Amino acid sequence: MTTDPATDPAAELDLDAARAAIAAATTADELDELRRRFLGKKGLVARAKESIKTLAPDQRPAVGRAVSTYSAAVEEALGARAAGLGPAEVEGPSLDLTLGGHGRRRGHSHLVTQCRRDLEDVFVALGYRVAEGPEVESDWYNFEALNFPRGHPARAMQDTLYVDLGEPEQVLLRTHTSPVQIRVMESQPPPIYCVMPGRTYRNETPSPRNSPVFHQIEGLAVDRGLTFGDLAGTIEAFTSAYFGQRVRSRLLPSFFPFTEPSAEFALSCVFCDGSGCRVCSHTGWIELGGCGMVDPNVFRSVGIDPEEYSGFAFGFGLERMPMLRYGVEPIKTFFDNDLRFLIRY
Amino acid sequence: MRAPLSWILEFVPIDAEPRVIAEALDRLGLEVEAIDVPGREIVGVRVARALAVRKHPNADQLHLVDVDYGDGTTTVVCGAPNVVAGMVVPFAPAGATLPGGFTLSRRKIRGEVSDGMLCSAKELGLGEDHAGILTLPVDVELGIDVRDALGLRDVVFDLSITPNRPDAMSIVGVARDLAAHFGMSLEIPEPEITTSGAATGEFATVLVDAPERCPRFTARRIEVTMGASPDWMQRRLVLAGMRPISNVVDVTNYVMLERGQPLHAFDLSRLRGRGIVVRLAASGETLTTLDGVERRLTPEDLLICDGERRGQAIAGIMGGAEAEVHDGTTEVFLEAAYFAPIGISKTSKRLGLRSEASARFERGVDPNGVLTGSTRAAQLLAEVASATVAPDPIDEYPAPVERARISVRTARVNAVLGLDLDADRVKDALHPLGIETEGGQDLVAIAPTFRPDLEREIDVIEEVARRVGFDEIPRTLPHTTEQGGGLTLRQRERRLVTDVMVGMGASEAMTIPLIAPVDVAAVGLDPDATVRATNALRAEEPVLRPAILPGLLHAVAHNAGLGFTDLVLFEQGHVFLPPRPGDLLPDERDRLAVVLTGTVQRTPVEADRPVDGYDAVEHLEALVAALELADVRLERGAAPGFSASRSAAILVDGVSVGHLGELASGVAEAFGVPTVVVALELDLDRLLDGARRDRAFRPLPRFPASTIDLAFVASEEAAAGDMLRTLRAAGGELLEDVRPFDEFRAEALGPGRRSVAFALRFRAPDRTLTDAEVAELRQACVDAVATAHGAVLRS
Repeated sequence: MTTDPATDPAAELDLDAARAAIAAATTADELDELRRRFLGKKGLVARAKESIKTLAPDQRPAVGRAVSTYSAAVEEALGARAAGLGPAEVEGPSLDLTLGGHGRRRGHSHLVTQCRRDLEDVFVALGYRVAEGPEVESDWYNFEALNFPRGHPARAMQDTLYVDLGEPEQVLLRTHTSPVQIRVMESQPPPIYCVMPGRTYRNETPSPRNSPVFHQIEGLAVDRGLTFGDLAGTIEAFTSAYFGQRVRSRLLPSFFPFTEPSAEFALSCVFCDGSGCRVCSHTGWIELGGCGMVDPNVFRSVGIDPEEYSGFAFGFGLERMPMLRYGVEPIKTFFDNDLRFLIRY
Repeated sequence: MRAPLSWILEFVPIDAEPRVIAEALDRLGLEVEAIDVPGREIVGVRVARALAVRKHPNADQLHLVDVDYGDGTTTVVCGAPNVVAGMVVPFAPAGATLPGGFTLSRRKIRGEVSDGMLCSAKELGLGEDHAGILTLPVDVELGIDVRDALGLRDVVFDLSITPNRPDAMSIVGVARDLAAHFGMSLEIPEPEITTSGAATGEFATVLVDAPERCPRFTARRIEVTMGASPDWMQRRLVLAGMRPISNVVDVTNYVMLERGQPLHAFDLSRLRGRGIVVRLAASGETLTTLDGVERRLTPEDLLICDGERRGQAIAGIMGGAEAEVHDGTTEVFLEAAYFAPIGISKTSKRLGLRSEASARFERGVDPNGVLTGSTRAAQLLAEVASATVAPDPIDEYPAPVERARISVRTARVNAVLGLDLDADRVKDALHPLGIETEGGQDLVAIAPTFRPDLEREIDVIEEVARRVGFDEIPRTLPHTTEQGGGLTLRQRERRLVTDVMVGMGASEAMTIPLIAPVDVAAVGLDPDATVRATNALRAEEPVLRPAILPGLLHAVAHNAGLGFTDLVLFEQGHVFLPPRPGDLLPDERDRLAVVLTGTVQRTPVEADRPVDGYDAVEHLEALVAALELADVRLERGAAPGFSASRSAAILVDGVSVGHLGELASGVAEAFGVPTVVVALELDLDRLLDGARRDRAFRPLPRFPASTIDLAFVASEEAAAGDMLRTLRAAGGELLEDVRPFDEFRAEALGPGRRSVAFALRFRAPDRTLTDAEVAELRQACVDAVATAHGAVLRS
């Protein structure tokens, strides 16, 4: 194709012809060929732009605009036709992706771990830290320092597994996470805002609700001016953060050697909203755990002045939460490690 | 503690629904575990009199009984042999419901219409007696509900009493709290008795050898006529959960339940030397208690002995058979005492022997209420056993217990509770509980001796809180500005470890940390070098796990039994190693263990393949990458439980922290696991203590890289990981990356030799490497591997 430099280069650009050629293309390869012919480095548009330089200066803008219009129109026609042709095919046989993936399975953290994290996060948001301690403890940390003297009937509330170290009954598997309270108070001065999750042990016959091995989470706050009202408010705050705003909490007097006043706290039943059902024995309330103001004797055992500082503590069984939330039962399910249970959550 | 409502109402006439009373009890801290309504299931059964008893025309064993139920008469068919005309009986007409939900209807029995039935005790759920129809007193009004006739309208609160409230282990104590709650006055009649004859001391003597263990001992001599106690007393005892035995024993139990004072009645004629000695037991001394068990005693145990110092009862816990009252008893020596709580608790625990009496003594009965309890029993014995009571009871009480005087600051009450009470409000809260007060803003609370739990200011503050009501205290949140919450780096990284394992497809198990010695031996560890529980619930599983693997292998076996053999499980938790020198507690370590079994599922797209040691390595590599550990390497070598040829030690900063690979042959089988098991177990804290790689930014050079591949033939002993490190050292700073990409064995390579190929990428930060430079680097690498590992470049 030759062009007379004196003629109008735009005159060669027949848009209708280009559109017809593009519309007639039936394969991606043909379209590629047309793209080269019209828009390629040596294509019609390129040549037309080249020849504009040969025109008189006053002619150039109008011709330039005509070339640009043509170029854009061709580009659009190519694009539209390409969309009409569909995506380009790759080499090789087709794959039936409906077969599924390569088979890599997702793992699952244990439901107790999930629950522990959720609760830790709730307390962290309330300004608490997380502390841990050993599962094998001395009598001092598990009982004495917590105001359980030897021979006190309160010790009978917690059947203890003893360990063959030290004097008889000096070393034991902790019956609650409360010894961590003592360790935290020994290791740092107030203020203390701490939760203590962990594994605990009781020498109890297994039942649907009780396992000899289970987990607790415990909270401890020690500061100037803490009140029983702060304790009740904190329980309200974390229960509604975990179970939702509709859940109410209630405190009833109880007894624990390491707190006074002591209380049991209960939640409005998460199943019936407090109207009474089988799960809550038609009381509308579900007992969750124990709490109270730190007993002055406990403060004395760790060298904190109970006149200067006050504090509160609370604790409950971790397994209770998913048992309530999902109806998991018996508690032994958590420790049987049946794959069907592990991967359900 | 089972508290029948009717009994409570004797002391405080509360007019409220049982449900409301139960809620009050909960709010008072006397937790209601259950509300028992014994007659709940008996509906519509009425009192009737048998007018005439006729033979059933069509059945030898049956009778037709005409009954009068007050406002009418009808006829029922009855099979019981004991019904006679004039007898008053429970009549269940058509429409009545019996325990078990059985509703009666009018129907024909052998051709004769029966308009309901007459009931036995068993049919009413009142006992096992099914032999005959229950007989009611003849003076009962006909037609009334049988529950009224039998006292079955009562409601029993089953209370869980906390150890600090011995006073609430009595009806009177429960009534006192309720009276305070409902703002009513508590009426406890002072027992009155008439005495006659010689003084008690004329009949018998009492010697207390151990006054510190028995601060008070009282005794009365009472002549009795043995027999059964009256119905009303039996009914109450049964409702309270005790078995009626005889009038004398029932009275002692009745008073214990009512007043909280345990009592013991001896047959005085069987107490040799006509006296009592309270002394500590001798070492090895034995005594057979009422339950027929011979108890071996220690000098920690307190005995009630006869005048010849022969043991007759374990003080405060249980009597012996010898001096027990019996049908022929005429002369009772009634003991009422106060024993030191700790001693009772220790003996009861050591002997594994608990009784209603020991439960009260070990919490602490009222030392100043002892004689009142005795007097109340004498009063009841006069009523139900025609008793004659000797005057002047013996009362060994050398050091009377004073009431505790406790300073209480109103400001402190408010500071602890978050309230704003004035002093009068505090006093008003305490008075109905029997706590007297003196003074003003800073007051003195005088605690009654039936409340041994009240010793300190905080104890009194708790009473104020109980009286105000815990839920009436405004809820607030602590005001603190000093604290920021959060997890420590170590805690966040432990979460990361869990997340990485989950991301790798492993599921978290939680196994019981108490295992069997054989489990320890099965993974190649020494069962004798373990820490053990002395009283494990499952005696065969006393070992505190020294490794997590045994528990995980049990979990694998459990799942294999369910048909799940392709597993990836992990567990993160404590293991317990013997204490380090000088330590009391075990060396408790936080570990991570992973097990993989069966096949790695890749189908349908690719073929499944069995798990192998590289899968365990992959889990470790994921951890190393996520934690950005700088120096973690594997070193071939054996470890207990692992195959020597298919496992490796995990070294962090050059120190072993654990092991991974295939388990030694026989290990999985020992746990009943049918497939190959690949595992990893490491000390998590030591892993997390490892040095982390440098995160400082380095410029990212844009000069092109030079890539070369080197294949070495070397002895099997030369570990690929070691060659890799040699290459890194030889390549120096210009070696940007190196990784093994091929391993193969062939006869041509020679016996015990293999080929390992590495891909190396070199790049300089400031220039394009020349061919000559790359050739020089290549040669340095080849020479280094040849020197260090005896390897030759494969041609």
